[in-house]
Amino acid sequence: MLRLLSQQLRLNERDLHASVFGPGKDSKTDTSTTQTDGSSFNASMQTSPASMINQYKFEEEEEDADTKDIFVTVDNPESHVTAIETYITYRVETKTTRSEFDSSEFEVRRRYQDFLWLKGRLEEAHPTLIVHPLPEKFVMKGMVERFNEDFIETRRRALHKFLNKIAEHPIFSSSEDFKIFLTAGSGELTSHKKQGPGFLSRMGETVKAVAAAVRGVRNRPQEFTDMQEYAEAFSQKISSLDKVTQRIVREQKEYLEELKECGPTYALWSQSEQELAEPLKNVAGCVDNCCKETEEQVKHLNDHLIPVLHEYVLCADTLKAVLRRRDNIQADFEGKTEALATKKADRDADSKVLSLAWDSLVGRSPEEVKQQKQQKLKGEIKEMRDELDKAEDRLEWANNALKTDWTRWQKVMRTDLRSAFIDTAERNVSYYEKCLAVWESFLQSQRTDAEGNGNVDSS
Amino acid sequence: SARVMPTQERKLFSSTLFHKIFKAHTSLSLKKCKGCLYKISTSMVEKGTSLLKMMEISVAEAEKRTGKNAVNMQETYTVYLIETRPVDAASEGTNPVPDSLWRRYSEFELLRNYLLVTYPFSVVPPLPEKRAEFVWHKLSADNMDPDFVERRRVGLENFLLRVASHPDLSSDKIFYSFLTEENGWKETVFETGFQAKADSRLKALNATFRVKNPDKRFAEMKHYGDELQSVISQLLRVRARAADRLYGVYKVHGNYGRVFSEWSAIEKEMGDGLQSAGHHMDAYAASVDDILEEEEHYADQLKEYLFYADALRAVCRKHELTQYELEMAAQDLTSKKQQREELATGTIRTFSLKGMTSKLFGQETPEQREAKVKMLETQIEEGEELVKERNTECEEFVKSAWVDIERFKEQKDHDLREALISYAIMQISMCKKGIQVWNNAKECFSKM
Repeated sequence: MLRLLSQQLRLNERDLHASVFGPGKDSKTDTSTTQTDGSSFNASMQTSPASMINQYKFEEEEEDADTKDIFVTVDNPESHVTAIETYITYRVETKTTRSEFDSSEFEVRRRYQDFLWLKGRLEEAHPTLIVHPLPEKFVMKGMVERFNEDFIETRRRALHKFLNKIAEHPIFSSSEDFKIFLTAGSGELTSHKKQGPGFLSRMGETVKAVAAAVRGVRNRPQEFTDMQEYAEAFSQKISSLDKVTQRIVREQKEYLEELKECGPTYALWSQSEQELAEPLKNVAGCVDNCCKETEEQVKHLNDHLIPVLHEYVLCADTLKAVLRRRDNIQADFEGKTEALATKKADRDADSKVLSLAWDSLVGRSPEEVKQQKQQKLKGEIKEMRDELDKAEDRLEWANNALKTDWTRWQKVMRTDLRSAFIDTAERNVSYYEKCLAVWESFLQSQRTDAEGNGNVDSS
Repeated sequence: SARVMPTQERKLFSSTLFHKIFKAHTSLSLKKCKGCLYKISTSMVEKGTSLLKMMEISVAEAEKRTGKNAVNMQETYTVYLIETRPVDAASEGTNPVPDSLWRRYSEFELLRNYLLVTYPFSVVPPLPEKRAEFVWHKLSADNMDPDFVERRRVGLENFLLRVASHPDLSSDKIFYSFLTEENGWKETVFETGFQAKADSRLKALNATFRVKNPDKRFAEMKHYGDELQSVISQLLRVRARAADRLYGVYKVHGNYGRVFSEWSAIEKEMGDGLQSAGHHMDAYAASVDDILEEEEHYADQLKEYLFYADALRAVCRKHELTQYELEMAAQDLTSKKQQREELATGTIRTFSLKGMTSKLFGQETPEQREAKVKMLETQIEEGEELVKERNTECEEFVKSAWVDIERFKEQKDHDLREALISYAIMQISMCKKGIQVWNNAKECFSKM
């Protein structure tokens, strides 16, 4: 049911798209059937965006109770060498019971660029929905090679999370681009990528977006200002947490370096001793075991907590971007409103001294000119009104989409971060439990030794 | 049986803390715990100690004083209060005020130097370090720092208890008056004339000489002393560095506390969970101070044996010296005997100046020769006495020293084993704290 709904929603997306990115796309998508939003559905169901959003909300709650019907994994990185470049591809495996998929299992190979493309398409189609971030293109810290094993593994995990987040999103998961990404052979994907807005129309989109940004928003509703403030604050806090955690990892590693020398020192000492040799060797072993546990613990922090925090640092940027795009849509609407008002003012103005003067030069009668002018203005005004209505719809749509997705995002964020912190806490508990066991076994051995030598006082 | 534990037993090697640790650690039954402590002290008390059986000794307090030193300059120094009380007093139920006097560190040093010289065959207990070494950054290396003064107070008490339970040292009169006579003690010590012996001993010990037949056991002991000193130094260094790093790890977690708290302000549902988790992170960060303070006591136990290694080496060195002196005397005797033989037979087998001169300037008269022979005979007689003396000296030294070395070995094995156990207990306590904090944090996170 939800999927039908989102297909309906997609029909208005084209208009939405235009307001943010420019009108260029419309001409292309109208005719082709194998387009990005390829819907075989009839385009005439004109329900208001608001009611559609309400249904979306409703459906979302239902979906939580549903079992997952699509499973995506990213694994098996492989490097490919061509004459021009070397790059890594990842295996993307999909298992699904969804009807719109031709089969129940798919296996394709994708490279980072392909993921970037998918993300871009989703953002274009849904500018005020929150797309989960991709791992970064380059790693700034030090000279980490793109083909370093740890880097590839970290990236693989992030890509896996990305696809799963898309699959879990009620709207994104039914995106045609997503489906093609998961199922198309590499040739098919390449040709599909070539469709969609051309370079020039995308330039037009960017120009329009910049214009809107420059124009600025006049009457932003308080709730969006609140979201902006939240996004700023959240961004700061999550960045701090990321930094703190990285510092902890650094300090732990330095501690480990020193601790690694303790065990061997005890072992060295045991070589000079007789009675003490055994307990000293034992202590050396305990210290070495604790070293191993510490190493594991650091690795876990690195592999689990840090990537999650990092993802949400990127999410914070996404939030800000989404809010900016919404502002642009509003700015566009406000601009059009202003323009219409100006045109109307033109129409109602009494004297048009300059233009009459010109026309008299050209040799037409004032009355004729006036008539022509009025007709022209009427036409322009009607066009602008239509545009304005569409812009209003787009704005309402964007606002509602954002509000809903914001709530959804907050829930997901809460779940993700909560489980990441719980996981870390559990790991720390386990670390201390293991070290505890190591030292208790030492105590035990010393006790049994003492008992063996008949040294225990019974008092 | 309700056995009241006398103060000095409880206070052996900073065991106020030791006891605290034992109490805190629940998996060791308290019964065994008391048994261990009891065992430590009884092993010291029973082995023929006189003083500790009769007297309770403690270094109860430390105070700062200012005064003029030898060159009439103003100085600040610390004095320590030594309290003594007859053992019977406690068990009688009455609690009389202990006798007490104040001593400063330099007086302890004087006492120890005296003991070193007077009992060269004893492994004399060491004093706590003069200046703080092997410190990790948080600890102050300042002698006036209250933590350092406190640890020194404990170390000085250990020193007195060890001397008081030593079979030979405990019955020394100078030691006794150190504990009981505040005034004039210094003069009494100097009157023994030990200073002269100290100087010659110092000179002899620092001189290089080769011993032909050292007692193998002493040679091995000296080598062991070297190794012990080297390895404990290394351990203390490594441990201090690790402590420094561990401090960093814990303290950085405090930043979590701050950020969680700030973050909770902008969240609705997550706020409470975050806030309380933050508190636990703060507690975690703060817990490292106690942990490292406890570890410092462990380091002190190791340091005691680091310095003990020095005392052990001194005894071995002294043996070498006595052996060397014996060998010198024997060598001298042999050469004199040979000279006599030469004079008697007229053959010159060994090179001697006399021989050369007689060759160059002609033989001596029979009277001259006879006089020489007579002189040699006297010297040989004296020489034989000397050798006998030195031999006895050597044998006696070896006997007494070896007894004390054996006693020391047993004490060392016992004490260090206990130290390792207390280290394990500390680690366990640290782990338990960690488990508690992170379980609490986990609960708070679940409420997010």
